[in-house]
Amino acid sequence: MDRKKFISSSIVVSAAAFLSSKFSFAEVLNEPENLVKSTQEKTVIPGKHQGLTILNPKPWNAETPPHLLDDDITPADKLFVRNNGLIPEEIDIDNWTLTIEGESADSKKTYTLAELKTRFKQYTYQLTLECGGNGRKEFSPPAKGNQWDLGAVGCPEWTGVRLKDVLADVGVKPDAVYIGYYGKDVHLTGDLEKVVISRGVPIKKAIQAESLIAWSINGEDLPVMNGYPLRLIFGGWPGSTSGKWLSKIVVRNKVHDGPKMGGKSYRVPKYPVAPGIKVPEEDMKIIEEMPVKSLITHPKTGAMVKGEKDFEVRGHAWAGDLSINAVHVSLDYGATWKLCQLSKALNKNAWQHFSIKLSLPQKGYYEVWARATDSNRVMQPMVIPNWNPKGYLNNACHRIAVKRV
Amino acid sequence: MSDNDDNKEALLAQADGVVKTVRFVFLVILLFPVVFYFSLKIDFEKDKITDFVEQPLVENGIDPESGLIIDEHYELVNGTCSACHSINLVTQNSATREGWKELIVWMQKTQKLWDLGENEILILDYLEKNYAPKEQGRRAPLKDIDWYEL
Repeated sequence: MDRKKFISSSIVVSAAAFLSSKFSFAEVLNEPENLVKSTQEKTVIPGKHQGLTILNPKPWNAETPPHLLDDDITPADKLFVRNNGLIPEEIDIDNWTLTIEGESADSKKTYTLAELKTRFKQYTYQLTLECGGNGRKEFSPPAKGNQWDLGAVGCPEWTGVRLKDVLADVGVKPDAVYIGYYGKDVHLTGDLEKVVISRGVPIKKAIQAESLIAWSINGEDLPVMNGYPLRLIFGGWPGSTSGKWLSKIVVRNKVHDGPKMGGKSYRVPKYPVAPGIKVPEEDMKIIEEMPVKSLITHPKTGAMVKGEKDFEVRGHAWAGDLSINAVHVSLDYGATWKLCQLSKALNKNAWQHFSIKLSLPQKGYYEVWARATDSNRVMQPMVIPNWNPKGYLNNACHRIAVKRV
Repeated sequence: MSDNDDNKEALLAQADGVVKTVRFVFLVILLFPVVFYFSLKIDFEKDKITDFVEQPLVENGIDPESGLIIDEHYELVNGTCSACHSINLVTQNSATREGWKELIVWMQKTQKLWDLGENEILILDYLEKNYAPKEQGRRAPLKDIDWYEL
């Protein structure tokens, strides 16, 4: 038997095992050795597209190369994977519950999945989810952590109930300032008592109409790697605010203080700093909305164009809680810019699509740069933005290489 | 009489059917380990070929199993770091000695990393030498471009 086939069939078997018994797939997903036969072979994460770049199999972290993000609505299998811990050992959807409590909640209430789906009105929104560390790879001096390049972003359609409807059902005290989440993922050490990550958002973002407790992507169950069976989704904010494998939400009378809310995690200096500078922890602030950014999803970098024939350049642009005013592209390193066609967002926090026809004036090497401008007229920088200790918020314009031959 | 014969014939036919079924099942059971053995055997042979092909990689200074640069104490680094997370988290990163030390302290404070004792110096020696930061400026040139006809 061909070795490649043997491995792919073992992956198929793993995937089949995973589909048939939703309750015991952790051994397949949490032990990469069960998928990886050799460092020479391409590993495929069950339920995910084979083109994803795996940065780390334990915990699972994988990003989507830009050309695979060409769809207007990101398919579930092409949504990046960013995990801090291991997939929950057991997922029993019949007994899965969500508890709302906390010092600023009027009462403590627990809902089953079925109750959430039937007691509250359901909404579907297209929401951009981007890892706070997307683009970390380009910071110098380097920042530690998964070295995300460009593809820790996606914009599928999410279905669920509004967080604000559920909070209203529980009752929220006037002194509430923040919500925090807890999920069922397991710490890398295997210690079930240890919380992997517990972050959240200010009440103002929590009660936004598009902030959802979601169970579905594009009409299907959430992929296991993206939080099945239940997660939060806050479009335009760092992905880490949108808790996965959601089991509890706490309503707080102060800024939530769970693991990865403090220190250098998901925080940047309060003031601009020189690259490589040591920043005291008390001078760091929590990242809220993500900055304006765009991605060229067609053509794939490395395109060779014959003669001066036109070719289409297209992609998406997004800007935290704002919208996009314009996207421009440059063929001459930012010396001149051309205005692209731009679509309207499907709803708040959904990315917008841009496109333009270009031709290359003479034989040679070019780079296409894309630069979005948000509704506050803020643009993407062309070089790497302000350095910060953990390498967050790199929204430098995306560049692809093209050649006229 | 003729009824009995018919019954007998029917019984015989039935028995024949049972025998055939048993024989078939037996054959499948017999064949299964044979097929399994050959698929494994071929796989093992492929492994040998792969091992042979992997040799030059080792000479390139990268351990094909972990992906770590082969240098003094790399086995120690592999054993210690992979206890909790994949080695990719080491190989995709780079830092100064001070930066790696800071990371060890953070893991001890928040991630239940144990006291590394005398090994800490050896691990830091290895990381400082092999995974030091490279200056890439404010924006590096595009590289590793896979050219194709549009």
